[in-house]
Amino acid sequence: MATEILMPALSPTMEEGKLAKWLVKEGDKVTSGQIIAEIETDKATMEFEAVDEGTVGRILVAEGAEGVKVNTPIAVLVEEGESVSAAPAPVATPVAAAAPAPTPAAAPVAAAPVAAPAAPVADGSPDWPAGTPMKTMTVREALREAMAEEMTRDEDVYLMGEEVGEYQGAYKISQGLLDQFGDKRVIDTPITEHGFAGIAVGSAMAGLRPIVEFMTFNFAMQAIDQIINSAAKTLYMSGGQMGCPIVFRGPNGAAARVAAQHSQDYAAWYAQIPGLKVVMPYSAADAKGLLKTAIRDANPVIFLENEILYGRSFEVPDLPDFTIPFGKARVWREGTDVTLVSFGIGMSHTLDAADKLAAEGISAEVIDLRTLRPIDYDTVIASVMKTNRCVTVEEGWPVASIGNHLSATIMERAFDWLDAPVINCTGKDVPMPYAANLEKLALVTSDEVVAAAKKVTYR
Amino acid sequence: MAARKGAAKSNTSREELLSYYREMLLIRRFEEKAGQLYGMGLIGGFCHLYIGQEAVVVGLEAAAEEGDKRITSYRDHGHMLACGMDPKGVMAELTGREGGLSKGKGGSMHMFSKEKHFYGGHGIVGAQVPLGAGLAFADKYKGNGRVTFAYFGDGAANQGQVYETFNMAALWKLPVIFVIENNQYAMGTAQKRSTSTPELHTRGLAFGIAGETVDGMDVLAVKAAGEKAVAACRAGNGPYILEVMTYRYRGHSMSDPAKYRTREEVQKMRDERDAIEHVRELLIQGKHATEDDLKAIDKDIKAIVNEAAEFSKESPEPALSELWTDIYA
Ligand SMILES: Cc1ncc(C[n+]2csc(CCOP(=O)(O)OP(=O)(O)O)c2C)c(N)n1
Ligand SMILES: [Mg+2]
Repeated sequence: MATEILMPALSPTMEEGKLAKWLVKEGDKVTSGQIIAEIETDKATMEFEAVDEGTVGRILVAEGAEGVKVNTPIAVLVEEGESVSAAPAPVATPVAAAAPAPTPAAAPVAAAPVAAPAAPVADGSPDWPAGTPMKTMTVREALREAMAEEMTRDEDVYLMGEEVGEYQGAYKISQGLLDQFGDKRVIDTPITEHGFAGIAVGSAMAGLRPIVEFMTFNFAMQAIDQIINSAAKTLYMSGGQMGCPIVFRGPNGAAARVAAQHSQDYAAWYAQIPGLKVVMPYSAADAKGLLKTAIRDANPVIFLENEILYGRSFEVPDLPDFTIPFGKARVWREGTDVTLVSFGIGMSHTLDAADKLAAEGISAEVIDLRTLRPIDYDTVIASVMKTNRCVTVEEGWPVASIGNHLSATIMERAFDWLDAPVINCTGKDVPMPYAANLEKLALVTSDEVVAAAKKVTYR
Repeated sequence: MAARKGAAKSNTSREELLSYYREMLLIRRFEEKAGQLYGMGLIGGFCHLYIGQEAVVVGLEAAAEEGDKRITSYRDHGHMLACGMDPKGVMAELTGREGGLSKGKGGSMHMFSKEKHFYGGHGIVGAQVPLGAGLAFADKYKGNGRVTFAYFGDGAANQGQVYETFNMAALWKLPVIFVIENNQYAMGTAQKRSTSTPELHTRGLAFGIAGETVDGMDVLAVKAAGEKAVAACRAGNGPYILEVMTYRYRGHSMSDPAKYRTREEVQKMRDERDAIEHVRELLIQGKHATEDDLKAIDKDIKAIVNEAAEFSKESPEPALSELWTDIYA
């Protein structure tokens, strides 16, 4: 049977090319893999190899021809014994490319923030039943308890990181876990973030449930390729086959006087990535309930803690097993004049500001997002529809911040309800300075939040 | 073809030789067909062919047992076929169709199979090395006696994360075989232009990892080295490095004009060192098979590959709703 040899596409962008040179002539025998022609693409001159073996029956496009469209027959190959004349004569019109036509872009089926005409309803359900006994606990203890409970519950959960075992944790979050669970499940790593993040991700693909502690998230930049390219994208790239249940946790953001390389808030960085979930708790109860949810989640979760909050005490429900769902904001304080939205350490400035505002007769509603992917947009929008004003508060930099994203969402979904532009209070657009006075200036403060709230309420 | 040392006196069984012949030929014909479909515009983007390197995966798969894991780079079609993944599903992924192994969402460089313990298909050079050690970490954690083959290139061997991984794999005695497929080029960079010491199998010495170099154009040699590495790994001795000397006949990807090496260099490899020709010779000289027997195999393989190509053209493009699925489990 005669086979046509077609003008090949030899680069991702080639549509036509020049048939620079034939290296065979009619009647020549060719073997598969033999170079039969040289073809100039839009980028380079490429050698073109025969796929099938046979005899060149006819050359349809002469050497030197330019602008030969991809998929035009350029020669005919005949099989052993078949007469050369059996080959069809040159075809007049080039065969249409078999390449699939570009399909129109899909309607954004699930582009959550844009399409939601109905009035949003905030999920105001309590996180734990009324009357639950409470105990006072630091964020540090809450995180430790969450890990210990989940490690007891599931043998496949293990903790890995620098100094998590014998040293008991650089910030003492893993205190006692080595004694309780042994060195098979509490693993001290060398200082090698890229490598151990990759190993942990691989082990998650094979069915384990690692908790990776980064001594601080500043050092996770060394591992960000494994977090994003390997952990976040594999489920999609595998058509749903290969998931990655893993938690990356550790302190994030400014501590105190540790300067630029050790003081960065990564909330907006990770919140941008589809495939990741991102949690940034403020209170101890949220730290515990959300970390337990994170460990049970089938997806990669970025869990952003804060060194300054580790030692703070909060009321935590005294329950054997309680979790907090992702994507549910918490309203810390109800109010009528302005909505203040924050998360993580930003909450402490925000709650402070709300107290100061109350003293001046301004009633602020305070929302803690708790998770940044997914974000509980409905709670924010419902609140803005009530107060008609909004200020966002975060420690991270101003450009492409979480506040920017919320502002855009509020504009899309509640434009007609706004009585003032949304203001984003953020850290200043500078690397963190060391000097005490400058560091203070670089961080967001409750006074800045108060000033912004007054501005949007025209006081 | 120039005679190989020891080629004629192999005492490998007929069945074994025939299976290597079939498996290597399947990869070669599949890749040739993929190249053809790329030329027709049916396959897009990057497409890295494995032609020339077939003996590496076929030899190592012969040393593997059921349940062992494998992971590799973007040059992954051969690995998938050798571990038994369906040629139809692989080809349909190359054409970006619903019937592809990743439903058309991964493409040539990103395919996976839980069933065959194939963990990808990774596009970031070197990233599969710690991931592979992580698979081995999970096996050790579960104590299931499995080993992992983590394949990477001579170019990837210069990535820092490889050495981070060597250290931890040795420290924790992970059952992983690091397979360096040294095809002597990383894109257009010849190994000597990128690498201070060419003996990549010695790169583990600083971590106490044993390594050896193997002729990757000789499937029997690869299998023998693989068996030794697997035995060491399964015995709990920790990782092992195999530097498999091989050669890719085609460009780095479909769009590589390959001006960094001469046509003669490639032709010489094809003529004198081709792994499939080698086994063909063993079969014929050892009177294990006739030319007609081999022709019949060629025909079978062609049919399988053509069927895969047909499937990859007929399978529809993924539904538009697929854009939004598989982002979260
Ligand atoms: C981190 C990273 N850097 C660069 C690239 C681009 N790139 C893709 S393949 C390649 C060469 C790799 O060569 P080698 O490891 O020898 O593997 P081979 O292609 O020979 O199989 C490069 C530079 C990439 N994909 N990832
Ligand atoms: Mg290479």
